[in-house]
Amino acid sequence: MDRGQLIETMQEILGPEGVIHKREELRTYECDGLMNYRVIPDLVVLPESAEQVQQVVRACYDEGVPFVARGSGTGLSGGALPVESGVLIVLTRLRRILEVDIPNGRVVVEPGVINVWVSQEVAGEGYYYAPDPASQVVSSIGGNLAENSGGVHCLKYGFTTNHVMGAEVVLPDGSVVHIGGGKSPDAPGYELLGAFVGSEGTLGIATKITLRILRQPEAVRTLLAAFEDTEEAGGAVSGIIGGGILPAAIEMMDSLTIQAVEKQVSPGFPEAGAILIVELDGPEAEVAKQFDQVIQVCENNNASEIRVAEDDEERALFWKGRKAAFGAMGSISNDYYVQDGVVPRTELGATLKKIAELSEEYGLRVANVFHAGDGNLHPLVLYDNDVPGEADKAEELAGEIVFACLEHGGSLTGEHGIGRDKMKYMPQMFTSDDMDVMQLLRCAFDPHRICNPGKIFPTPRLCGERPGPFHMHPVQKAGLAENF
Amino acid sequence: MQTQNLPTEELQNIVGADNVREATAEDAVEGVEPSLVVEPGTIEETSEVMKLAGREGLAVSPRGGGTKMGLGNPPTRVDLILSTSRMNEIIEHVPGDQIVRTQAGLKMEDLQESLAESDQLLGIDPQEEGGTVGGLVAANSSGPRRLRYGTVRDLIIGIKVVLADGTVAKAGGKVVKNVAGYDLSKLFTGSLGTLGVIAEANFRLHPIRETARTVFVEVDEPDQIPEVAQALTHSSASQFVLDALEMRWEDDRGVIAALFEGIEPAVEAQSSAAVELLRSHGEAKLLGKEDGDEFWDDFTRRPWAKGDVALKIGAPPADLSAVLDSVRGAAERAGVEARLSGHAGIGVTFAGLSGEDDGLVAVVEEVREIRVRRGGSVVVQEAPLSVKERLEVWGPVGDYLGLTRRVKEKFDPGYNMNPGRFLGGI
Repeated sequence: MDRGQLIETMQEILGPEGVIHKREELRTYECDGLMNYRVIPDLVVLPESAEQVQQVVRACYDEGVPFVARGSGTGLSGGALPVESGVLIVLTRLRRILEVDIPNGRVVVEPGVINVWVSQEVAGEGYYYAPDPASQVVSSIGGNLAENSGGVHCLKYGFTTNHVMGAEVVLPDGSVVHIGGGKSPDAPGYELLGAFVGSEGTLGIATKITLRILRQPEAVRTLLAAFEDTEEAGGAVSGIIGGGILPAAIEMMDSLTIQAVEKQVSPGFPEAGAILIVELDGPEAEVAKQFDQVIQVCENNNASEIRVAEDDEERALFWKGRKAAFGAMGSISNDYYVQDGVVPRTELGATLKKIAELSEEYGLRVANVFHAGDGNLHPLVLYDNDVPGEADKAEELAGEIVFACLEHGGSLTGEHGIGRDKMKYMPQMFTSDDMDVMQLLRCAFDPHRICNPGKIFPTPRLCGERPGPFHMHPVQKAGLAENF
Repeated sequence: MQTQNLPTEELQNIVGADNVREATAEDAVEGVEPSLVVEPGTIEETSEVMKLAGREGLAVSPRGGGTKMGLGNPPTRVDLILSTSRMNEIIEHVPGDQIVRTQAGLKMEDLQESLAESDQLLGIDPQEEGGTVGGLVAANSSGPRRLRYGTVRDLIIGIKVVLADGTVAKAGGKVVKNVAGYDLSKLFTGSLGTLGVIAEANFRLHPIRETARTVFVEVDEPDQIPEVAQALTHSSASQFVLDALEMRWEDDRGVIAALFEGIEPAVEAQSSAAVELLRSHGEAKLLGKEDGDEFWDDFTRRPWAKGDVALKIGAPPADLSAVLDSVRGAAERAGVEARLSGHAGIGVTFAGLSGEDDGLVAVVEEVREIRVRRGGSVVVQEAPLSVKERLEVWGPVGDYLGLTRRVKEKFDPGYNMNPGRFLGGI
């Protein structure tokens, strides 16, 4: 089918206003939140219902046209980067909250619903939706599901995967399945939902999502503690966790980050080598006692200053400073590269030391802001795109940083995903057998590899069965790859 | 059993002569007798055994503590029992990171005992004794504290598996926060040995809490159970953070109990508030840590005995009243005795049924018809073979059966792993 026929087919499904095909308009969609990679899709479609999504996918399947689903497009790993000669399915018009069920603690939403809307919807009843990625005012639940988004409070409450209880999914062949029990726990069978959440849009498109909501905590207390360096702040983190306390969040920022944040949003942070923001929530009596313990631990680790948020306003100011950290880098550097790596908490100190060494070696500044409680680092590599070669150097340094994370027993990514960006690093973490076995799952869901192809796996395996018209992979054509 | 056609000698060469033995009647899986029991000592040996089995087309049933061998349909065939019992080590426990990596054959009791030395636990508390880590994952076992910690899927952070063709693969890792690659740890959770052998598993841990209080209420009417559950879950007066919320109904009386764990002032405040709240529902009794431990040991035993039909019913928690009514009503009509227990805060109810086969089958079918229509499930967890023959133990499967089958066929195209035990005849 040529492009003209495909446009016609899509217009029949969606009406003329639901299909974008003019070159200049398509350019808007060429990248997601990671702007290093740009691909202009053949078509962008904007379905308004699950049925339309299903019809669009069915049409793609019938014609062997690859497609990529996208929510708000805020992802930071190029997971929603379009594919050439492919269709970008933008789900922002599926933004209804379909059901609020307080007695069962569930909310059912469409994938384009913005993360923060869920908490806003149920706040009046005393509930909230726990996963809170920094992008929560713009990122969609469908995108959160695809990436298994974290957030500052996932140390205590878990990730998106722990809060998605069911999903209606359009599979890459256009059929619809309901996975996870939704409101009923323990559906028999494989944990297909657990495998689907975090699969970065490569296994299908969720069109209806059942979320778990939680009671708002009785008490919340937040403090900010300043330290001479990240090592002392790290000592406090170990002391808090080692004391059997599970805070809602522990965030760390180094001096470079503090400077940038001050310049950008002026939260009035103290000048320090490192700052910790610690938040406790839960029953009043528990929070009160443990908060005193946290203060004690910070003092024992030579905190130069401890500020306790006196009210919601001051707490919001602490968090404003933290959540502005990525964007604030623009105030101290022309360009910056956001890295996302994980190390075991006990390896934080050693890893930060390694990052400092690498920074010196490459002659590029690295700002560190991270979820200290779960060892999830976000080193920001600062560079100047106008200096020839510096962008490449920054990317190389960012790569060295994740390798350091792996060397210390960690992971390539804690919440931003592999996407397009980190495919090349996958063999550093997984053997080819590991990745081949993962792709068995891919083959079960998407045998023709039309659903967000070219992501996660650097060496895509081919799936054995080939019914229907689809394009043979060039590697297979050349006889260089086995059927899998 | 006939063993002359089996590659006994080759198996002995892989795992050592002492670690291959002829199966006995005790090794039967739901009436199907295997030929050999093989006990590899390492993941490499496991891989070699699986390669050999794959080549010979032998049906393999992985086994840990053997506590869940009654779960599922009788297998269509079993040649080898692959026992993980020799792979029973903790590979790595880092208290500061609150993670543990273990081999699959490690007994849960041994794991918890070892973790307790560092004041930590794995937050999964199934009721059966003698189960292993691998069995826990394969059967997706859970207990009362799932209300606080979640289930296996929420706590497993990495896995190493051996597939039917001997391929060894891992997924996840040893950090809690990790989104690199597909989450195969979750896929294997509850897969009942049908996708491959679980060889290792890594988990997130939690600190053991300082102390506890238990609050329970005895009731005469089944409807009072859901009332108490909803009151504790959604009270606007006080926000309760419960570690467990469990119920029992047997011999025309019921009990509902809440567990509060944490530091002294918090559990004190929470449990007192609960006693106050529940005053209007009956006489609420309060137990301290030690009395509470004793209470829960007895309270959480499954409501069935050997030979009974055991059901696990999944339903929205707010439907608890309807679940209790439907089981009791169906049982009464069929002349079957029914005892109930369950995770009232979650929506999982267990039913133990005793009576004649016809009546037992009628009760399962009636209850299942209602639950499945409402999006839930009724799984027969244990039953005499005479009853299993007349029922699909997993119940009707939703629109995901085809996908389930495709997953199975990618991982085990020869249907050699526990064939027939899983849903849809997988």
